[in-house]
Amino acid sequence: MEPTLSQYLLVSGALFAIGLLGVIVRSNLLIIYMSLELMLNAANVALVAMSRFNGNLDGQVMVFFIITVAAAEVSVGLALIVALYRKRQTTDVADLATMKL
Amino acid sequence: MEGTLFNIFAGLTVLSALLVVANPFSRNPVTSAMFLVTTMISISGLFVLLGAYFLAAVQILVYAGAVMVLFLFVIMLLDLREAARRKLNLVSLAMGIMAVGALFLVYKSSLESTYGEAPQQHEVAADTGQAEAKPPKVVGSTRALGQALFSGENGFILPFEIVSILLLVAMVGVILLSRKEPR
Repeated sequence: MEPTLSQYLLVSGALFAIGLLGVIVRSNLLIIYMSLELMLNAANVALVAMSRFNGNLDGQVMVFFIITVAAAEVSVGLALIVALYRKRQTTDVADLATMKL
Repeated sequence: MEGTLFNIFAGLTVLSALLVVANPFSRNPVTSAMFLVTTMISISGLFVLLGAYFLAAVQILVYAGAVMVLFLFVIMLLDLREAARRKLNLVSLAMGIMAVGALFLVYKSSLESTYGEAPQQHEVAADTGQAEAKPPKVVGSTRALGQALFSGENGFILPFEIVSILLLVAMVGVILLSRKEPR
């Protein structure tokens, strides 16, 4: 029994919902960042599934670019978090409510 | 066989993603990072089931390798032990779960209304001999993906070069941001 497109899309939607839940509920900046990665990967799963079931390879090329850009984004974001921690000694978003350093 | 593997990988993906966000046993960020590794590996299993072999390898190399090492490095660099327990805002927790749950239900019902009739339609198509109208399953091997990326009239050579410049900019930016005394 081969899984259908809608099953893959359902997994992707569940992954996206869990990531969004993490971004909304958690207050640790690093966990929020991991949840962002989950949402990005949910989009990747949907793109690869669509590419498979529509017989077009362009979706996989797009996922390749997304993975590359995500790697760059993670490195810059974590450098920002480290710089912020040096200034404020916290990674809790409740303590980071002002724009002033 | 494929259905069983799909069930295993999909269940593992969703379960470990839930454990990244809300782990009832530990609030240590290192635990979340480890479950994120499990999620990435199961997603690459899903990619293998979808025939995207190159992307599965890249997913393990880049996410389970490079990105997670970076995450663990930063977590241990910041030494977040004192952030262990902080009282949760129950109202915002309930609101968040309600909003995300409602969003997921809308998505699920729209999926069902779009693809719910698909098996019946497929049977009808098979009966009338139109089953070959379905597009062929593509296989994302390294050769096929490389040809799609670099050759053909709609190649992706310019985006590829732009991405390489983006990686260079990110590298310079990270070095600049993480200097001891940024001026």
